[in-house]
Amino acid sequence: MLNRDTRDPAALPRLLLTLLALVLLWPGIQLSELDLGVLLQADSQSEMGRFVAAFWPPTHDADFLQLLLDATLQTLAIATAGMALALLLAIPASLLASRALSLSAASLGGRPKPLAQLLRWPVRGLLIFLRSVPEIVWALLFVRAVGLGPTAGVLAIAITYSGMLGKVYAEIFESVDQRPAHALLQAGSGRLAAFVYGILPNAAAELTSYTVYRWECAIRASVVMGFVGAGGLGQQIDLSMRMFAGGEVASMLLTFLLLVLLADQLSRVLRRRLA
Amino acid sequence: MTLRLSGASLSHGNGVHALRGVDLHIAAGEQVAIIGPSGAGKSSLLNLLASALQPSSGEIQLLGEQPWQLSSSQRQRLRARIGLVHQTPPLPARQRVVTAVLAGKLGQWSLGKSLLNLLHPLDIPGARRELAKLDLADKLFAQCQQLSGGQLQRVGIARVLYQAPELLLADEPVSAMDPVLAEHTLNVLCRHAEQHGVTLVASLHAVELALAHFPRIIGLRDGQILFDRPAGEVGQAQLDALYANEQLLSPPTPSVTLSLQIPRC
Amino acid sequence: MSRLINLLLLLSIGAAVIASFAYLGIDLGALISGDSLGQMAGYVQRFLSPDLSAEHLSAISHGAMETLAMSALGTLLAAVFGLLLALPAAGRFGWPLQSAARLLLNALRAIPELVWAALMVLAAGLGPNAGTLALALHTAGVLGRLFAEALENTPTAPAEAIRLQGGSQVAAFCYGTLPNLWPQLLAYCLYRWENNIRMASVLGFVGAGGLGQMLYVSLSLFQEAQASTVILAMLVLVFGVDALSGWTRQRWVRA
Repeated sequence: MLNRDTRDPAALPRLLLTLLALVLLWPGIQLSELDLGVLLQADSQSEMGRFVAAFWPPTHDADFLQLLLDATLQTLAIATAGMALALLLAIPASLLASRALSLSAASLGGRPKPLAQLLRWPVRGLLIFLRSVPEIVWALLFVRAVGLGPTAGVLAIAITYSGMLGKVYAEIFESVDQRPAHALLQAGSGRLAAFVYGILPNAAAELTSYTVYRWECAIRASVVMGFVGAGGLGQQIDLSMRMFAGGEVASMLLTFLLLVLLADQLSRVLRRRLA
Repeated sequence: MTLRLSGASLSHGNGVHALRGVDLHIAAGEQVAIIGPSGAGKSSLLNLLASALQPSSGEIQLLGEQPWQLSSSQRQRLRARIGLVHQTPPLPARQRVVTAVLAGKLGQWSLGKSLLNLLHPLDIPGARRELAKLDLADKLFAQCQQLSGGQLQRVGIARVLYQAPELLLADEPVSAMDPVLAEHTLNVLCRHAEQHGVTLVASLHAVELALAHFPRIIGLRDGQILFDRPAGEVGQAQLDALYANEQLLSPPTPSVTLSLQIPRC
Repeated sequence: MSRLINLLLLLSIGAAVIASFAYLGIDLGALISGDSLGQMAGYVQRFLSPDLSAEHLSAISHGAMETLAMSALGTLLAAVFGLLLALPAAGRFGWPLQSAARLLLNALRAIPELVWAALMVLAAGLGPNAGTLALALHTAGVLGRLFAEALENTPTAPAEAIRLQGGSQVAAFCYGTLPNLWPQLLAYCLYRWENNIRMASVLGFVGAGGLGQMLYVSLSLFQEAQASTVILAMLVLVFGVDALSGWTRQRWVRA
């Protein structure tokens, strides 16, 4: 009796979890060949040390800055154009995939007919497939299909982000209060009208916020697309690194920092104004 | 001599004078109730006595020490000997009751013991004993967010009982309990104080409870002591003066809702 | 007035989109004209028969385990570094340290994983170690910022109560702040892990271990069948991690 009273019911699960974590950690460290030491021993003897030593001063002659500006603008343009195409695909797909506009759900107390549900799954599956392949893999594939250059980057972002946006939009539509839309549908209004009047007003803030966040992600993604030849800053930094031009790399890293800070500010403004 | 306030005043940042020139002396082992209308400064006085707030002027002496002339580590050692029961105990929603109660001894435990106790409660019987006094032993392994306001107050009291301080301060300790439970809980507090020779100072909104359980009553109004006398000598006239023109304001209870942000990937 | 500004904002967004297409000179018409569509279809067809030979599968499973380990350890390390940096970044140790920590977090975050990986390959040589460190560095920046925000939004009363009864700073943090904080920290970590499994599978492009290297090589050699198996493996990994983190979230974050 006393024994049972003094036992913590959470003790065994905690112990098992700890053991499981330890058992998994060991092969994880083996597989990833983890060695934190390299972060500390970047001395001037090593190749890395010489490379980093060349970081100062960052390259800042007019020619290079012009090149940098062009690459930055290209990066921003790839992200924006990719997002625009992604939205074109994502909005209809999310409407198809979402349960929120189901006519049968409106009359069956929230649960759509199984057959209608079956029709939504292919769209959902497609969206999940599109978003699960990393954008840079798409870029690699498109570079082979449409050739080197920004087009591959735009298409890659359009494909991946249409999947991400479509899936999350559909979830957001389902997460808001369904009663206004159901009331409209039961009153005989069209699905699109029910969506615009019943769901959009409640979901608008979250939609905007998520879209802006994804646009920020798209900028980051388009930065690295260049590593596989899809234009933008990545291509430049890949070139500079291959030539061990530390100064150029340093200026580009600074540009990344600026870009990220700028995107932070812009998205803060957009969220406040539009949400 | 346990507590001495001389000419202690307290003004908050917004210019409100919560206490004006309070002189107070409470001897070791005394049991004192503070009564008064809302906004009279009861909580401020208790916070002063708990060394949570520094008086803007005047002197304060707790357990023979002047807390604001000590170094901060000495003050922490002094604070470990003082226990304060909060009106709405600030307990983390996800913390388990057993951990919340055992946290009472954090001022006395070494850091290693404190951290170990976080992973596995080290003194389950101790926590169960204090909770059992308050009829809450069945909630030992529940999470704080599953408890009602009155149950949380009892967890807060159990924590201070487990801390076993020399000076026990209680700020409206039974405000969220029904009358029977309030009676029982105050009995537990007073008995604990008696048995261990602990000085007990409690602020109470219910005058009857104060008169029934405490031998000495202090009436506080507008940050000043209106009367300070044995319970038997508190008459209706004094109570009327104390509560004259009181507006019925329920104190705003801060709602502790945890908002979790779950980013969508 | 506010409506006018919003209208201007929307107009400028539209203008930015049009300007982007014009700047890049993308001819969408040419992409969907009959000839190039046919070419693309042919290209896609070559992916439809994945190479499922035992030899290739065992190579892939090793790569997949490596990728999984990289993403998990990278996220774990990042959570530790992130929390260590989030404490000063939330202003716990005064403003000079706060600005310094914020600058460091922004710098870590601004440099994408793939660039970190390229740098780490220079420092640590080819292999998964470089990838793990790259993920850890970038994610530490992201998580540190999110953690700092979470820290600032956590109620302070419980920790103050512990201080008031004589507890040390560390005890007050562990008993007063952490219980409210850790579900949020866990939610952020899971979200980054879902991100990192995607990134870990492509860091091999610059030689930082995992499945990416196999994909890059097989695509360069025009072995679409092998590449298609690698992509399938990536999908399995992503779905697996998404499901696991979804379950963890259900079990520990929302409860």
